[in-house]
Amino acid sequence: MIFGVPLQAFLGQLLVGLINGSFYALLSLGLAVIFGLLRVINFAHGAQYMLGAFVAFLSLKWLGIPYWGALVVAPLVVGAAGAVIERTMLSRLYDLDHLYGMLFTFGLALTIEGTFRWYFGASGQPYATPKALTGVFNLGFMVLPIYRAWVIVASLVVCLAVWALIEKTRLGATLRAATENPSLVQSFGINVPMLLTLTYALGAGLAALAGVLAAPIYQVSPLMGTNIIIVVFAVVVVGGMGSIMGAIVTGYLLGIAEGLTKVFYPEASNIVIFVIMAIVLILRPAGLFGKEG
Amino acid sequence: MARTSELPATEAAAPAAARVMSRGLQLALLLGAMVLLIAAPFVMYPVFIMKILCFALFAAAFNLLLGYTGLLSFGHAAFFGGAAYFTAHAAKVWGLGPELALLTGVAGAAALGLVMGAIAIRRQGIYFAMVTLALSQMFFFACLQMPFTHGEDGIQSVPRGRLFGVINLSDMTTMYFFVLAVFVIGLLIIWRFVNSPYGMILKAIRENETRATSLGYATARYKLVAFVMSAALAGLAGGLKALVMQFATLTDVAWQMSGEVVLMTLIGGIGTMVGPLVGAGIVVGLQNQLATSAFPVAIVTGVVFMVCVMLFRRGVVGEFAHSRLGRALGLRPPG
Repeated sequence: MIFGVPLQAFLGQLLVGLINGSFYALLSLGLAVIFGLLRVINFAHGAQYMLGAFVAFLSLKWLGIPYWGALVVAPLVVGAAGAVIERTMLSRLYDLDHLYGMLFTFGLALTIEGTFRWYFGASGQPYATPKALTGVFNLGFMVLPIYRAWVIVASLVVCLAVWALIEKTRLGATLRAATENPSLVQSFGINVPMLLTLTYALGAGLAALAGVLAAPIYQVSPLMGTNIIIVVFAVVVVGGMGSIMGAIVTGYLLGIAEGLTKVFYPEASNIVIFVIMAIVLILRPAGLFGKEG
Repeated sequence: MARTSELPATEAAAPAAARVMSRGLQLALLLGAMVLLIAAPFVMYPVFIMKILCFALFAAAFNLLLGYTGLLSFGHAAFFGGAAYFTAHAAKVWGLGPELALLTGVAGAAALGLVMGAIAIRRQGIYFAMVTLALSQMFFFACLQMPFTHGEDGIQSVPRGRLFGVINLSDMTTMYFFVLAVFVIGLLIIWRFVNSPYGMILKAIRENETRATSLGYATARYKLVAFVMSAALAGLAGGLKALVMQFATLTDVAWQMSGEVVLMTLIGGIGTMVGPLVGAGIVVGLQNQLATSAFPVAIVTGVVFMVCVMLFRRGVVGEFAHSRLGRALGLRPPG
């Protein structure tokens, strides 16, 4: 017993919180990467997450591509689609008020989700857990489904890899330089517009990857993206989009906070993240890891 | 902070002769619109026009914030839908008359606006939009769980009651003119507010907040007042809609509703008096057309959104004012 709650229930919800936190971390990481360079809040991030899950679902159904293939295919497909959108439309809005980028991607999200809802209906489609990851680990004090453990590990690895890519490699250094001063970086002969396109594709691809990871846990549904994206916005506000690591850490922390709320005060579990956001805004308006601006 | 210069287009003042013509033209247009609105319920389905009036007022209230203060709220559904619930509850459960029920809705929306606004104005630009969206989503979940909203069912069969205890609003024509009166009063308040010295300071904040601060204005307080004002008027629209449709449901507090009001304002013309009204007419009309077909509204809404952002950022009214015809007529571009 912990604080009057059975250990099993406590650990179970902690696990659920960690899983949700994994998705919050992956999605807010993508948002932060896109925002960092493009200064656009990608409202379509939820739709791209949903698209990732659907690419996995449809490629299995139509082409017989298994889960492991989908982990590669979905980010590529969604990332490529993102690159096309960025090149043809989004890039024309950079000189305007940043709010227009948000409004554009909002329209994009509505269109994508509306289309999928039209074709597939609002109900969810099941996606089978891959064979290699079915079953459970019996830890003695709790039972841990292997797939859930895989999601936590995979998302951690991906988050750290993206962090390392941006903070520790030469490409990342160029990216960060382009964030600070695009025209100067361009004058060194670096193709900044191309860098922007690749960044948007990377962000969209990360969302799609999260979607594939989510497919066996949640059902594949056209609405899965909208439900999560608003929460992720709150996560991003709490973390402050200034730092990649901030986005990751905040994602996990808030996922866990949400899970624990389910144990102690279930009625508030779907608003706890918003409440935390409000408190953080009052105490530290720039966010936990953010810089003012 | 995000530059807001693209939102309004500041143009050189029109020549004096054109200005005079514009005044006459504006009066003529206003009179024409009034005649149309008075005649409308006798030729068209009154509920449809009342619905447009409610959304037009909602969009105008939203535009007070976006167009004249430069703040994009993505959470105005909370005020619109929240007031709809408060009004419906006051009319149905407390048995208040329509005028007091509406006031309850407005007061509730203003209180909600005060809390949400005080939190949201701590961040600017894109963050402001995200914070308002998140806070309104929190209110949505609260509405889903609070007993008085009746969850998924909503508050049904709300009585319209008797205005001041005398005038029976269940008569369709009477109700229509009540709605029209509230609509006109709401617009007059907005017009007066925007054109007051207070409204000028709001525009100064929109154009350059740092400079407004350096001139000695407590910009945070001005923004908060504008936010509460916008929330209260959005609440007036929402409460009115609850009386018109005689129900209040989760649809009105959902984030899609916040998106819709952004779209109405964007289509019509951000920062213009008439734009949001035109935009509301277009969006409600479009939804009415699509309601009978199997084609989902969300796709159309989304595509219209993208097209507007890419090609018609000034909106119908703004583009017209900038066109050769609009200039020849002496219309002043928004600013």
